[in-house]
Amino acid sequence: MFAPGDVVRVKDDWPEGRGRVHIRTPYYVRGVTGQVVRHLGDFANPEDLAFARPAERRPLYHVRFQKGAIWPEAKPDDELLIEIYGHWLERP
Amino acid sequence: MDKEAKRAHHDLGGVSKFMCEPVDIEPHGLTAFDREVDALRQMLAAKKLMSVDELRRGIEAIPEADYHRLSYYQRWTRSITDTLLRSGVNLRG
Repeated sequence: MFAPGDVVRVKDDWPEGRGRVHIRTPYYVRGVTGQVVRHLGDFANPEDLAFARPAERRPLYHVRFQKGAIWPEAKPDDELLIEIYGHWLERP
Repeated sequence: MDKEAKRAHHDLGGVSKFMCEPVDIEPHGLTAFDREVDALRQMLAAKKLMSVDELRRGIEAIPEADYHRLSYYQRWTRSITDTLLRSGVNLRG
């Protein structure tokens, strides 16, 4: 589990290149470091639900990124807040 | 390798080739077709024949050229059809 304020890195993983998958982690944040804002709750893993498989509940977080860390042309203060499941996050 | 080269074709956020195209922010009324597709999907979920996650997976599996050609709700019908055929639900029943 992660707590608000924890610095996290999104895994630089590309399952879409290995077969049929359903992933809710956008490509552009893979490998990018951000900060946990809040735990939104635990939800059945959509990566399994998408294939009608039994799905474990996984923690979902709001994670904040500096846009400049993703897109070089972004304004310095721009931020991006997105929902990411805990199993996609690691401690840098 | 460039991240954009590794993304799935439906994963469109911030993709350079769309950055010069204005975003359509006009409200669009739902057509009768749109409402019917939405109702169908809600019935399939209520009867536990297909989840919204399966709908999304099926939309993402539409080949790229078709994905961009089809309307929002046309993608839904494509996904519903593909998913039900795969799971063996009797579409004529």
